[in-house]
Parts: sequence; structure tokens; C-alpha cells
Amino acid sequence: MKRFKKLLIATGLTVVVAAVSLAGPLVSPAQAAKKKEFNIAWTIYVGWMPWPYAAESGIVKKWADKYGLTINVTQINDYVESINQYTAGKFDGVTVTNMDTLTIPAAGGVDTTAIIMGDFSNGNDGVVLKNAKTLADIKGRKVNMVELSVSHYLLTRGLATVKLKEKDIKVVNTSDADIVAAFKSPDSTAVVTWNPQLMEVKGEPKATPVFDSSKIPGEIQDLLVVNSETLKDNPDLGKALVGIWYETIALMEDKGDKGKAAREAMAKLSGTDLAGFEAQLKTTKMFYTPEDAVKFTSSAELSKVMDLVRTFCFEHNLLGEKVKSKDAIGIAFPSGQVLGDKKNVKMRYDVSYMKMAADKKL
Amino acid sequence: MNILPGRGSRLLLALLPFVLIALIYVTQSAQRRAENPNDKLLPPVSEMVDAVKRVAFEPDRRSGEYVLWTDTAASLQRLALGLGIATLIGLTFGLAIGVLPFVSTTLAPLVGVLSMIPPMAVLPILFIVFGLGELSKVVLIIFGVAPCLVRDLAHAAGNLPHEQLVKAQTLGASTWQIAIRVVLPQIMPRLIESVRLMIGPAFLFLISAEAIAADVGLGYRIFLLRRYLAMDVILPYVAWITLLAFIMDWVLAKLARHYFSFAYTVERR
Repeated sequence: MKRFKKLLIATGLTVVVAAVSLAGPLVSPAQAAKKKEFNIAWTIYVGWMPWPYAAESGIVKKWADKYGLTINVTQINDYVESINQYTAGKFDGVTVTNMDTLTIPAAGGVDTTAIIMGDFSNGNDGVVLKNAKTLADIKGRKVNMVELSVSHYLLTRGLATVKLKEKDIKVVNTSDADIVAAFKSPDSTAVVTWNPQLMEVKGEPKATPVFDSSKIPGEIQDLLVVNSETLKDNPDLGKALVGIWYETIALMEDKGDKGKAAREAMAKLSGTDLAGFEAQLKTTKMFYTPEDAVKFTSSAELSKVMDLVRTFCFEHNLLGEKVKSKDAIGIAFPSGQVLGDKKNVKMRYDVSYMKMAADKKL
Repeated sequence: MNILPGRGSRLLLALLPFVLIALIYVTQSAQRRAENPNDKLLPPVSEMVDAVKRVAFEPDRRSGEYVLWTDTAASLQRLALGLGIATLIGLTFGLAIGVLPFVSTTLAPLVGVLSMIPPMAVLPILFIVFGLGELSKVVLIIFGVAPCLVRDLAHAAGNLPHEQLVKAQTLGASTWQIAIRVVLPQIMPRLIESVRLMIGPAFLFLISAEAIAADVGLGYRIFLLRRYLAMDVILPYVAWITLLAFIMDWVLAKLARHYFSFAYTVERR
């Protein structure tokens, strides 16, 4: 009997070990190969609202059909989670800022290409203080913001303008979902946040906006990025996405009834009304035409901006604990210039697809 | 159902699921690493060991603190305060509701309703009323845990045999004496059991509160590192939290058996 038990246990263990080692990957990275179905994730932000609208109004399907693809556009409620999901390989593309592209997928070894330069924040991110006149008054205060986010970047850029250091303040990591409620509490006297929360926060009594992203134009960019390998194997995906984008934002810009209807739908999708949405658009520098986007992305300024961004990321350990220099990760620009390690390029700005849109070659 | 595992195989069988999970993790991690040497999602065990060494035994580059210990101290303080106050509330109100019909008719429905409010839903209100500091975090734990404890203990007190209370009264005991000498000792084991069950929810509320607004704590670190997918630190943190909760549970179980052995006579047999 005892022997039998031992035998039973031994067989059980062997079976288990065999099963485990034979089992395929449960969470596999995005497989690079020719494929037909693609998943794009988006989160609510004024500059990204064209995506759900395009999906709802059939523009996505129209362009996907043209190239014989299926493109699923999925909303993720949590911004960081959407990037993490993309990095883990669950999505082929995601809407993300330039800084988070560098720190999450690129630092995680997922080669990522920005194919659409959608807009840059031109006042959509800001610092708001209670009972204060200028940014210098922030000294010694506790600052509520999403730590290590673009808000943090904006704040360090702002602090430099008034000769302050991060040591002069105390950062309290605060969820973006709760920052409005947080600012209502009397012990919160300084916040850094983005829209739509920024508008709510500015409206509080005694609140003064003291610094915003219009003072660092072009540094906080909102992109659509896709997995570089997937793009290489499926260039049609890039073409379809760019096609969808410029058709949709042409509608968004339209001054007539069609444009108003589109903006109204986008406003609703983002949980606000037309007036609120248009107010946020005012502080967003949208690149409505592919020509403008190509021009901005190809400019020499961009590599200077990315140098500031990667310096911030490196100084805050965002590129990884073991990374010894800000050059560890390569960032490639349309001109062919590479910032950082040429052998380890993980973030690429690619204007070729936007150019096709500009040249009407889609 | 009558075949019992022997001593040795019992240990083996208990370990089996853990070994299995570890095996799955290691193979999956190796597979992802083979495809992307910078993969951060499932870091190999060696990297997690490095990360633990870094957060536990080396001062942080920026703040100079031993991160794991300062986080643990801050979190445990919040948890101990929250769970401790909730336990006191649970015991006093539970006892009062269970023993005194007047208190019961006044408070029982209120507690019933309060215990049904999801604490996370009232979080903005907690912030505005209690601020963003330590207080609101402790209050969130109390709010999440205390009503359930009150209900459970009131129930336990109310379930004592009526004859017992009548007998105590015929022997001349006052209400106070009955509450303290008859009811209290009998619901104490139940209190400890309930608190053991509440360790899980208490941690949930603690981590949630720290995720929303904090500058130190276990939950704070996890949600901060999530921003750049540093799973090599997050996974050990999760294991550490589990271990802490497990130890608390074990200590409470031992305490209950030591001080209130009468409640565990069946178990001993």
C-alpha cells in the first residue's frame, strides 16, 4: 500500500512537471508575423478621442476593410494599465505620451514606433496652488500629483524656471482619479494634473494656476505607437491607422455642422459636454494636417526635447534600476539621428506613414 | 474519504500546489526572456533577489532610506491603528447591541446599513472630511472593517442561550456583570476569529488608500513602480504582504487557542 502511494505521488509529480514544461507561454509577447487582426488600446484624453469616434462611426472599419484587416479599438479605463497591457503584448498599439513610451515599453525592451504625432499639450497639464501668486510659492509645500508621470516632468521643468529643486517640495503620489477630491481637502495646497481634472481644480476657490505646459510647448506629446516588429511585418496596419486618423481629425476640425456633431460625439464619449471638450481642445495643439505633424516630428527640436525627457527619466530611475546612463536606450528620429545607444534603439519616431497621408498615397 | 494522508505525504501534498505555481512561473519567465531579454513582466528569480537586496539592505539613491522597511513600518502602523480601533468598536458596540435591547433597536439597523456601503465609494467624502494624511487611511480601514465586526459580534452575543442569562440574573448578577462576566468571555474567541478573517479586507483597504494618496507605504510603492512595470520589486512586495498577513493570522490563531481554549475543545479531540 505504501509503495503504491509513493508510486502514485511520483507519477503525479512527473505528469505535472511534464505538463508545465510542455505548456506554451500563457502570457506571450506580441507575435511578430503577418497577421490580419490587430488590437489598439486607447484611454480617455482630449487628443485621443478621435479613436473611439472613428470606431463608432465606421471610419475604422472602412480603412481596415480597404487593407483587408480587422482592427479592434478598445478602451482601457486606466492609462498606465493600457500601456502595461501593450508592453505585455496584449495590444499591437496604444495611445501614449512620448515620456511614457520611453519609460514603459522602450525601457521594457519592447521596440516601439510612434507613427502618429497627434498633438502636444499646450496648457492641458498645469500646476495649481492655493493662496499663492507665483510658482515660487510652492516652496516647502506638499504637492499632490501622479508621481513619475508627465505631471512630475512638468513640475521639475517649472521648478527649474524659479531656481527651485525637487528637494524644496514634498511629492505625495495621488491617483489622477481622486485628485479633484484631494484638492478640496484643506491640507492639499498644491497639485499638478492634466485635463479634464485641471479645469475642475482651477475652479476651486483660492486656486491659482501658476505654471502649465504652454510654457514648455512640444515637450508633452500625445502619440499613437505600435510594436515596431508588428509594423515591419504588417506595413498595411500603419497605413490603415494613419488613414483612420486623418479622416477623423479632419471631421474634428470641420467648422460646419458635421464637425460640430463629431466633436459633440467625442465630448460625450469622454464624459463631458461640447463646451468642456472645446475648452480642452484650446489647450491642446492638435496637428490637424499630416504636413504639420511631419514637420514637427522631423524638426531638430524634437531630439532636444527628448534629451530633456530622457534626462528626467534617468534621474528618476525610470529607465530601470540597473541602467547606468541615460544613453542606455536608443531613440531614433526621422532624420536617421539616434539619441543614445545605436545598438539598442527601442523608441522610434517614424514619419513615413504620415507622409503617405500628406502625399495622398494611402 | 476515509483514506487519510500520512505525515510525510501530507506535507508533500500541501507543498505540491506551491511547487507547481513556482514551476509555471519559472518556465513562463524563461520563455519571455528568451524572446525579449529586457522583459519586465515576469522577471527571473535571480533579478527579484537582487531587487530585494536593493530595497531591503541598501539605502535608496535619492532618499537614503531603506525602502522596504520604511514602507513596512508605515503600512503596519496604519494597519495596526485601523484594525485595532475597528476591533475596539466591534467589541464594544457588538456587546452593547447583543446585550441591551434598547441599544439594539437604535443602532442595529444603522450598523446593518453602514456595513453595506462599499467603503471605496465614499472615498472622496473621506478625503474631504479627514484630509489626505494618515487619518483618512486609518479611517478607511475602520470604515471597511468595523461595521462587519459589530454585526458579527452582536450576532454572537445574541445567540448565547437565553437560559444562561436568566440564570445569571437569578443568581443576582447586574446587567454590567452579565455583560462583562458572562457574555464577554464567550464572544472573545468569536472576536478573534472575525478579526482573523478581516485581515484580508483590512489589507485591501490599506493598499487602496495608499494607492490613492501617499508618500510612503507598501501600497504606495507597488502603485508607483507599476508606472514603469518594475515587476522585479512588485512581486517580492506582494509575497512580503502575504507573509505579513499570514503571520498575523497565525499569531491570532495561537492567541485564541491559548487564552480561550474552552472554545476549541472539539478541535483538540
